[in-house]
Amino acid sequence: MAEMIQLSVFRYDPEKGGKPFMQAYEVPVSGPGMKLLDALNYIKWQLDGTLTYRRSCGEGVCGSDGLNINGINGLACITPIAGLKQPIHVRPLPSMEVIRDLVVDMDHFFDQYRQIQPWLQAVTPMPEHERLQSPAQRAELDGQYECILCGCCTTACPSWWWNGDRFLGPATLLQANRWIVDSRDEAMGDRLDQLEDAFRLYRCHQIMNCMEACPKELNPTAAIDNIKRKILARKS
Amino acid sequence: MGYLSTDKVKHHFHDVVIIGSGGAGMRCALQLADAGHRVAIITKVLPTRSHTVAAQGGINASLGNVLSDHWQWHMYDTIKGSDYLGDQDAIEYMCRAAPLLVRELEHQGVPFSRLEDGTVYQRPFGGQSREFGEGGQASRTCAAADRTGHAILHTLYQQNLRAGTHFYQEFFALDLITDENGCQGVMAWDIAKGEYHLFQAKAVVLATGGAGRVFKMTTNAHICTGDGGALAVRAGLPVEDMEFFQFHPTGIADVGPLITEAVRGEGGYLLNGDNERFMLRYAPTAGDLASRDVVSRAIALEIREGRGCGPNKDHVLLKLDHLGTELILAKLPNIHELALRFAGVDCTKEPIPVQPTMHYTMGGIPTNRFGEVVSKGADGVEASYPGLYAIGEAACVSVHGANRLGGNSLLEIVVFGRACGNQVLKRLRHHRYHPPLAPDCWQAGMERVEGWLRTAGKQDGLKIAEVRLRMQTIMQDHFSVYRTEAVMAEGVERIEALAAELEHAALSDGSRIFNTELVEALELDHLMALARVTAAGALARTESRGAHARDDYPERDDADWLRHTLAGIRDNKVELDYKPVRMQPMTVPSFPPRKRVY
Repeated sequence: MAEMIQLSVFRYDPEKGGKPFMQAYEVPVSGPGMKLLDALNYIKWQLDGTLTYRRSCGEGVCGSDGLNINGINGLACITPIAGLKQPIHVRPLPSMEVIRDLVVDMDHFFDQYRQIQPWLQAVTPMPEHERLQSPAQRAELDGQYECILCGCCTTACPSWWWNGDRFLGPATLLQANRWIVDSRDEAMGDRLDQLEDAFRLYRCHQIMNCMEACPKELNPTAAIDNIKRKILARKS
Repeated sequence: MGYLSTDKVKHHFHDVVIIGSGGAGMRCALQLADAGHRVAIITKVLPTRSHTVAAQGGINASLGNVLSDHWQWHMYDTIKGSDYLGDQDAIEYMCRAAPLLVRELEHQGVPFSRLEDGTVYQRPFGGQSREFGEGGQASRTCAAADRTGHAILHTLYQQNLRAGTHFYQEFFALDLITDENGCQGVMAWDIAKGEYHLFQAKAVVLATGGAGRVFKMTTNAHICTGDGGALAVRAGLPVEDMEFFQFHPTGIADVGPLITEAVRGEGGYLLNGDNERFMLRYAPTAGDLASRDVVSRAIALEIREGRGCGPNKDHVLLKLDHLGTELILAKLPNIHELALRFAGVDCTKEPIPVQPTMHYTMGGIPTNRFGEVVSKGADGVEASYPGLYAIGEAACVSVHGANRLGGNSLLEIVVFGRACGNQVLKRLRHHRYHPPLAPDCWQAGMERVEGWLRTAGKQDGLKIAEVRLRMQTIMQDHFSVYRTEAVMAEGVERIEALAAELEHAALSDGSRIFNTELVEALELDHLMALARVTAAGALARTESRGAHARDDYPERDDADWLRHTLAGIRDNKVELDYKPVRMQPMTVPSFPPRKRVY
């Protein structure tokens, strides 16, 4: 007999109505490297075809399967089963509207991303060759550009839970900073103007849940801090 | 009176509809949206979840930032890498356009790694040479660390946000709407809401990516199910060269995630169970940077002859710790992370266990170098299919022929995404209005969903997941790195039998709201169609070329097989046809087939 693991998974079926509930499943361990996504796939493919969740790459780069795992946000595909307290409580990302089971509505999250105009803005005519950027300038982008937009940080942020309609949240602010620190971007002033707002930026109270939650080990709090410093610097 | 004979289908009008939000679809959309057209991207996932995001090593362009380079050398390498099955006009077009497209990506904001002089960092990759194979290793692959695909996909998404492209997210394309005038649009299913949508368009672009999930062990995402190719087959069109699936030499053993060729480009190498650098035996000049098919076959042979590693001797080792922690963390951070997570190995200290793993679909929907889908007309002459386009891994232009070079897939998606956009612009000049459609054209698409939903809860139905696993196992066992007549013939029989069983499969989920089991069933329809044509095409090709390696026909046979396979399904039977390789480039002399040595 293979070793079994116990899971308790959040279920909600909008067609049947009723309250959400936690459902227990038992899954055999497939190997030492088994990830939570393997367990969810086992449930879906062997036990219960109605279990609903998102997944794509299965290796932590696409950002589809952000979930709340034993109370901590993370990606199912890179979270090892070993070391998780059982039964493993699997819930959708907190504070999000649930569409079904573990699938949440990401529209508002992506709308906020769009709001910061996350694209390179420059008025200088394009050079014939690439825009030059020194390795040191490029190193400024490390820890910024790797974000996969999974939403784990933003949905772990209490400030975003309270004021998510107006506070942009850590993922979006990290991306705002990604353009502010890019030596090729020429719109820093406009970007700071847009962010200098009691809600959009300053609802960050450095709780630092975002940093704890990020599956790519990025640090949105530091990025937000950098934006605040940039705003402060131009006042003096 | 409405346009359609139902009110259950929402009818949209766009200038262009693109199916797929990977790099190819996004680049094409950008070209058209920036020109002021109403462009819709229909994608079955959220944007940035597409598999372009997983590309690691880089994108080829003869920028010459590290070592002097020329697009003709790039062209030669690509043709040689394709084992001469690539169409040389398309390859010339791609290699000439590469520097322009990579600089454009840089201008759009891709965070490329940099050299000391501030230009884009380029690294050596497999199958690359200078001076037509005579000048040693080239350094042609432009990289953003080892997250180049992620960097490019996010940048293209950002540019599409700027350009105002319409995204229909988590919509599944069910059926192409075609009539005597060509392709008029597509029927789609809104996964989240469970509603039907008909997108009418003056041009439809298939940019749906590869079909890696026909195999059991693959580096591909769960979503790589060959949807575009299968939609084309449904519409009565053939797909091209599907027997050529690339096995990447270095997938993490037993689990699949890819370890980029950049590891070997930066100086890593492979070791067998005797601790020998065996690639030097197979490819004395290129060594570990020989073409992918060559390296994969070498690994398979080492394992077959008992020189594998581990308790089961079923993999080899990729050593890179000698590169030093600093270089690994700066240039290969993602590999460090993946090896730690999926192999439990700290690659700054220990080698990574690897084995050849299904990685890339060279075949696809036949197109010309403008992205137009082409097919043989009734008169036997090849012509473009009006209003239908295909790009990226879903398409077969063919720039990869029988074997793709590393770094050419990211290049293909941007080059032909843009080229296709420009070709669609020409069509839009002459097609100003949406023609009326047959009022019942929505029915076939809707029936696909309703047919599956009717099976929900049926007793003794086969599980979707079970049929899929059996299909993947057959493909893995019968059509792997090395192939033989007897094994493949049995494989064809078994896949045909399994395809017949698919109609006995049943859903357990009858819901209309976010029914991912339904999506998996629709994807299985697609995978099964492509598995059938892959199997038939592979069995028929009695030679070894690129990724198609046969024990019983070990040599390339240019007299009989320097031609593309075309495989379609008519009256539920696989039909094979062939067409010549375009050996004539656009402006330079042809590269005739030569013996391939690395």
